[in-house]
Amino acid sequence: MSVTTLSTHSVVARQPNWLVRLFDYKPFLIVMCLAPAIGLLTVFLTYPLGLGIWLAFTDTTIGRRGIYVGLENFQYLLTDSLWWNAVFYSVVYTAIATFGKFALGFWLALLLNNHFPFKSLLRAIILLPWIVPTVLSALAFWWIYDPQFSIISYLLVDVLHWRDSNVDFLGSPWPARFSLIAANIWRGIPFVAISLLAGLQTISPSLYEAAMLDGASAWQRFRYITFPMMMPILAIVMTFSIIFTFTDFQLVYAITRGGPGNSTHLLATLAFQRGIAGGELGEGAAIAVSMIPFLVFATLFSYFGLARRKWQQGEAND
Amino acid sequence: MTDTVAQPTVADAKAAPDTMAWDSGLRRLMMIYLPLGCFVLILLFPFYWMAITSFKPNAELMNYKEHNPFWISSPTLAHIKHLLFNTAYPHWLWTTMLVAIGSTTLSLIASTLAAYAIERLRFRGSPYVGLGIYLAYLVPPSILFIPLATVVVQFGLFDSPLALILVYPTFLVPFCTWLLIGYFKSIPYELEECALVDGATRLQILRRITLPLAVPGLISAGIFSFTLSWNEFIYALAFIQSGANKTVPVAILTELVTGDVYQWGALMAGSLLGSLPVAIFYSLFVDYYVSSLTGAVKE
Repeated sequence: MSVTTLSTHSVVARQPNWLVRLFDYKPFLIVMCLAPAIGLLTVFLTYPLGLGIWLAFTDTTIGRRGIYVGLENFQYLLTDSLWWNAVFYSVVYTAIATFGKFALGFWLALLLNNHFPFKSLLRAIILLPWIVPTVLSALAFWWIYDPQFSIISYLLVDVLHWRDSNVDFLGSPWPARFSLIAANIWRGIPFVAISLLAGLQTISPSLYEAAMLDGASAWQRFRYITFPMMMPILAIVMTFSIIFTFTDFQLVYAITRGGPGNSTHLLATLAFQRGIAGGELGEGAAIAVSMIPFLVFATLFSYFGLARRKWQQGEAND
Repeated sequence: MTDTVAQPTVADAKAAPDTMAWDSGLRRLMMIYLPLGCFVLILLFPFYWMAITSFKPNAELMNYKEHNPFWISSPTLAHIKHLLFNTAYPHWLWTTMLVAIGSTTLSLIASTLAAYAIERLRFRGSPYVGLGIYLAYLVPPSILFIPLATVVVQFGLFDSPLALILVYPTFLVPFCTWLLIGYFKSIPYELEECALVDGATRLQILRRITLPLAVPGLISAGIFSFTLSWNEFIYALAFIQSGANKTVPVAILTELVTGDVYQWGALMAGSLLGSLPVAIFYSLFVDYYVSSLTGAVKE
């Protein structure tokens, strides 16, 4: 009696139902596993990317289907001084902010690579500007840059007596541009520092010991060991940083909205102003698409410019 | 005799390291602690300023001559009270939380399955699928938001938080997938082979063996996704129209900034309250966060 029940049980176990077998069939399982991710990315990333390029060649506005107008949008942009202004400021913004972020971030990473008490606590605190919503810290900067009640003006005028009048941070073009760049650097330092710190920690201490035995100075150790060893990670972090600085939107939109006198528009804020706020979807899309060549160029430049040195060292080319 | 000889040498030996220690101590102070102090001061000052502004009465806010701006003489909760009871702030917080949790869950499910397929099921072309997903991370939202707005309108999702839940995975899935591929790589394949030999199906293996071992990776990916979707701005600004459905970052900027006289107290209180949830969430899982940040960069 007991033998028969056992055998039926094992038969049942050996022949699972068709659904379970289907899900154990490898090609089917692969398709099922990839479907959600690929589906989401296709519908909300690849399709809009293509649609955006198509829109750039049409005169679509909000509520009206556009017709194909060829290069008209781009021809118009080339004669538009505001677009040239935005291109100019986007390049300046990216160049200065990236340089500042990497110089200060690398310095901070080197400082954090020392041994001192409460190191992990400090590392956690330093990431705060990166965690907090950018718009909210941008509001704090807006308040810090207030024309009348700026705390920086208070320090310079009433405490240190270095100036006689308040600093006009956001009222005229160049001070406003540099104020935004400073806020961007402030926000970017933690990311750069923590990523580079991870790279620093992978450098073998024996290299430094060997160099010290050979009498290398601190600067030589940095120049000939730390810097070359950090090249690959610098290339990756810099590529990311350049892409996301060039296409930055939040800081400018929150602090100046492109003002004063449209002097601080980045391409992204100009695209928003024309495309969404102004309703000219086609023109906005053309401005957004005009960012792509810059991004490709910046990516290739930072990636190959920095990665080339890796090949010269004879490392694996991956 | 031996004592008298020994003593001076001990004293000498002690004196020499002392001066050296003092010298290097001063050096450390100037080279490490001083710059570190400046960095921390500058990186944290905007938050201090945000916090102190949100508890200052308006009279102190606008009068630096009689009140020291760096301190509060008579702290007040008026700004926070105004925010919680006279505006839709609690509703904005709720929407933001809903969107962040929804999109995080969605992208965790999608990217876990994708990472498992790419790393463990291994098929022809799986490295290319992985690379494709990674490249998706390099497409910035600033290029996509205009066409995405028309897509959202086509789907009838305009002005609905559901649009954000569906769109945020476009930047969360690439990151999480890449992070989880790295995590799955670190789990020995032999464990799965043993389970296969014992007759487990592949889904059972994923559920019973791979996922429990990948929990730290899942937590990292989850925290990262949560903070990224909490902080997202441009899509939320473009896709949400009505005041009630806005997320905190957008609502503060568009609903609280009114007129020419800015309510700095309320604005800063709103920023502080909007930052606190991510800051608290982050402080609970700092190590996971740092490892995900650095892990993803190293990949």
